[in-house]
Amino acid sequence: MVAALVDLSRPGHYLHWGFVQLSVANLLVIGVMVVVFVLALVIPFHSSRRGR
Amino acid sequence: MTVPGLEASPTWTGRLRRAAVRALPPDKLLPDDQPSYVASWVYVFGVLTLAAFVIVLASGTVLVLRGPSWWHQSKTGLFVNSLHLWSVELFFFFMVLHLWGKFFMASWRGRRALTWMTGVVTFAISVATAFTGYLSQQNFDSQWIATQAKDGINSTGAGAFFVVTNFGQMLLWHVLLLPVAVAALVGLHLLLVRHRGVVRPLPARGRATRPAAKRPTPSTPAGRT
Repeated sequence: MVAALVDLSRPGHYLHWGFVQLSVANLLVIGVMVVVFVLALVIPFHSSRRGR
Repeated sequence: MTVPGLEASPTWTGRLRRAAVRALPPDKLLPDDQPSYVASWVYVFGVLTLAAFVIVLASGTVLVLRGPSWWHQSKTGLFVNSLHLWSVELFFFFMVLHLWGKFFMASWRGRRALTWMTGVVTFAISVATAFTGYLSQQNFDSQWIATQAKDGINSTGAGAFFVVTNFGQMLLWHVLLLPVAVAALVGLHLLLVRHRGVVRPLPARGRATRPAAKRPTPSTPAGRT
């Protein structure tokens, strides 16, 4: 069994900006979302049919 | 020739049928083509959200049928439990990307405010549904979330009838009331999208006043883009 890339038995890491607190895990997910959103804008969508 | 579904009838069912057929004729309800501007990956996030929601409902239904001892103790139960969790994660992942896309193209244009607002309310109720799901895990995580959330909920006054430390109440909200609300709103949202059509992109910068930007789409009245 391959061990998890991140040791899930330890407390998570958090970032603080004043009253804002954000876990590194959530920040990574938000980063992935931004990347996916940008890719959706720039990657051409090949359609087999022509629309109206 | 009388159009099927539009025969004159004085009954309320007849009037309702005529109104429904006028608002959503079959070619609008289940179209087999879309405007050319829909050929972009940005327009795929909505249907990905819907696909994740179907998995959420299906896995949740299996969990309801088999019960807590099954999803905690058997390997298959743990798998379906994880499937339920990760489909929820994807549901929110794609729903927020859908929200970003629709926000930046101002998708409330063209009398689509109700479509936008049903999406907003669906998002809010989905958060509540996920919250009650986390409270239903029956582990230290759910106890932690419940004890942390109770003060916040109580400060709003909702704690009088929405008791986050009451496991039975939270589980019933999670498996019945909130999913029914989300499903109903998603259904209404889809019907409104079909009724008004997909909003056309914002005009390119400097072209906002050109006549071409005002041309009506098949589902959008002139001047309402």
